[in-house]
Amino acid sequence: MSSSSYYVPEQSRWPILASVALFLLAYGAGTLLNALSAEQGGGLGLVLLLAGALMMGLILVGWFGNVIHESRGGLYSAQMDRSFRWGMSWFIFSEVMFFAAFFGALFYVRVLAVPWLGGEGDKGVSQMLWPDFVAQWPLMITPDAERFPGPAAVISPWHIPLLNTCLLVTSSFTLTLAHKALLRDARMQVRRWLFVTIVLGVVFIGFQAYEYAEAYHELGLTLQAGVYGATFFILTGFHGLHVTLGTLMLMIILGRIVVGHFDSRQHFGFEAVAWYWHFVDVVWIGLFLFVYVL
Amino acid sequence: MSTLDTTLHADAHEHHGPAKGMGRWLFTTNHKDIGSMYLWFSLLMFFVGGCMALMIRAELFQPGLQLIEPGFFNQMTTMHGLIMVFGAVMPAFVGLANWMVPMMIGAPDMALPRMNNWSFWILPFAFAMLISTLFMEGGAPNFGWTFYAPLSTTYAPPSVTYFIFAIHMMGISSIMGAINIIATILNMRAPGMTMMKLPLFCWTWLITAFLLIAVMPVLAGVVTMMLMDIHFGTSFFDAGGGGDPVLFQHVFWFFGHPEVYIMILPAFGIISQIIPTFARKRLFGYASMVYATASIAVLSFLVWAHHMFTVGIPLAGELFFMYATMLIAVPTGVKVFNWVATMFRGSMTFETPMLFALAFVVLFTIGGFSGLMLAIAPVDFQYHDTYFVVAHFHYVLVPGAIFSIMAGVYYWLPKWTGHMLDERMGKLHFWLSFIGVNITFFPMHFIGLAGMPRRIPDYALQFADFNMVASIGAFLFGLSQLIFLWNVIACVRGGRKAEARAWEGAEGLEWEIPSPAPYHTFATPPQLPESLR
Ligand code: HEM
Ligand SMILES: [Cu+2]
Repeated sequence: MSSSSYYVPEQSRWPILASVALFLLAYGAGTLLNALSAEQGGGLGLVLLLAGALMMGLILVGWFGNVIHESRGGLYSAQMDRSFRWGMSWFIFSEVMFFAAFFGALFYVRVLAVPWLGGEGDKGVSQMLWPDFVAQWPLMITPDAERFPGPAAVISPWHIPLLNTCLLVTSSFTLTLAHKALLRDARMQVRRWLFVTIVLGVVFIGFQAYEYAEAYHELGLTLQAGVYGATFFILTGFHGLHVTLGTLMLMIILGRIVVGHFDSRQHFGFEAVAWYWHFVDVVWIGLFLFVYVL
Repeated sequence: MSTLDTTLHADAHEHHGPAKGMGRWLFTTNHKDIGSMYLWFSLLMFFVGGCMALMIRAELFQPGLQLIEPGFFNQMTTMHGLIMVFGAVMPAFVGLANWMVPMMIGAPDMALPRMNNWSFWILPFAFAMLISTLFMEGGAPNFGWTFYAPLSTTYAPPSVTYFIFAIHMMGISSIMGAINIIATILNMRAPGMTMMKLPLFCWTWLITAFLLIAVMPVLAGVVTMMLMDIHFGTSFFDAGGGGDPVLFQHVFWFFGHPEVYIMILPAFGIISQIIPTFARKRLFGYASMVYATASIAVLSFLVWAHHMFTVGIPLAGELFFMYATMLIAVPTGVKVFNWVATMFRGSMTFETPMLFALAFVVLFTIGGFSGLMLAIAPVDFQYHDTYFVVAHFHYVLVPGAIFSIMAGVYYWLPKWTGHMLDERMGKLHFWLSFIGVNITFFPMHFIGLAGMPRRIPDYALQFADFNMVASIGAFLFGLSQLIFLWNVIACVRGGRKAEARAWEGAEGLEWEIPSPAPYHTFATPPQLPESLR
């Protein structure tokens, strides 16, 4: 393939199939949630959702399989590689903005909405609604404690969260070591460091699950516990999902290393996953500071 | 192995035509096919949303409740707004970008062709789901296109869940489309096409794509918080749990204001291509156009609360957002100045695309001025949620965004189809639209200033005359769009043969290739034409 012509793939069946799968996922999820909220049980919605998820999984395997195949067939020029790099970078930027929305919501309620409800500041007049409400953060007693019973306690940052911070920061380092090893074509070391990274990720997820269980069963920190619980779970929850996805992707990369993919010159798939992992790590630092510590 | 074989094989004879049958459209990776699908889809949505608008205007023809239930009226205003914004205007611009960006920069296709197909095909499914809510128990979403909480949470019909997922799907589609456009423009320009030689349509789209990637995820975030409030008992937008309905508005408008620029920046680009062609002069102030576009984009992140002056924000906020909003008028003014200066002493002719472009310049400016009036916080206390706001945004969106899309379609149709438009029919469409749009929306300024609230199916008697006028204008405008449909179909099917440079004064790579453009263009990077070197 000469570098002056750009590889434009032939027709592909994956996108339209993926649209159908996405539709099934969305329609199924909607139907399921509505049925659950109306207390009617899952039924059709659940079936559609699972069908969509299964279909989407298969499509992703097939589609990425295609791309890997083409890449290894030498169809991709350096220019193509740059397109992938731009694509991945902007995708990560979109993820940053997704988290920014939730961080923004957290700052807004902490700095403005809750104090106003407690009668402080510019818009303190809104205290008329709940004259006894006292502003505090973490919000242990909500204005309407009957509908939103506040948590009994919140999670201490210096136990599991601190440990988790160490785990994730370390995992970013080990991943970088793996990358360095790949650049030297030291494949055994790549495997070793990738494996360590994955283990760190899995342990993180385990701790996070344990923390959630504790929050629900012992602290009364739930989704319904007022806006502290809401912001806590939406931020840590979406972060946890991203770590899970990242770990899965790392596993796939490890698998590809094992079967002999990637070398010191060509390994964009590896790098893309590494970027994603570092991004997830940075989000966690933000979480640790603003959700747990401060 | 088979895929690789076929692709390598196909590579040997690059210049083959499109596949046969439905498969061509379902599986295509060709930017021209995908561009056409986007444009046809958007036209369909334009008519669907248009029918809803006409239902609204029919109900408002006279005071009192005559034709439709108030609840259904609310569903119509909501669906009209959503369909026009996400289904008509945005996909039309993406369609134009698909067709034109690769040809303008000398690329063989979009950077990520399969993802390009996916971006498009998500849309019909998303809108099928959104429109299906009309037939659900409890009806379609009825809380306005801005879906403020708690109307859209506590008091929403069950169909809101499907609405949320439809928005998620549209967001995924937009983000992937935007990533593709950025990667294409940054990475696939022909040798010698430096950034400051980029056609303005590409520049404005590059910046629009950046805005899309920045704010569509925020929209996804806000609907996700709604979903949590509705189904999982969280209290983001419920003050009882320490949340705040006003939080909804902040997050929504942080998306929403950049969104309105997403709907106008590509329009600026189209107009900046057309006016130089028909004035037979270079664009005046190219570099200032680029910087103005970029500064509009940056400022658009700092003005969102001008939609919330009356909701109760601190005084410092009112002042900040008021001045920041007025600041946007400066780069916008630069643009209008440059268009006028381009025409100044040009040898102008007035073919259909130019007529639409001229109308754009004049009528968009009216919309900009009413925007400035609304930007003045104390004055907005009076105007907010009246028909004055409706007049403002319809002036920037209909004779603004929509006229620019029509101008672009008429301008590039010869390149797409190989046929020239029947100018008589084009002009007929233009004049009827121009008159219709003004009859519809100009009176809304007056009834708005006099205090008629928006989104209400009935009104006080003193507003009756102007409402009747507006409704007549709306039907005139709506029906004239059938001429547009006719013109496009006629142009696809036949007409005078178009030359490669279909318009005498047209410059740029896209006018160097034959009309109609071959199915594959620029398999190898082209030489830049004289005018660009
Ligand atoms: C000179 C530039 C502009 C200024 C100063 C401006 C200012 C404003 C202000 C202050 C409002 C809020 C009015 C209220 O709700 O009380 C508003 C509403 C709106 N503007 Fe603009 N605007 C400008 C340009 C645009 C453009 C270019 C578009 C779209 C293409 C646009 C679309 C809208 C829409 C859709 C709304 C109404 C949203 C709703 O409440 O449903 N504006 N504008
Ligand atoms: Cu705005």
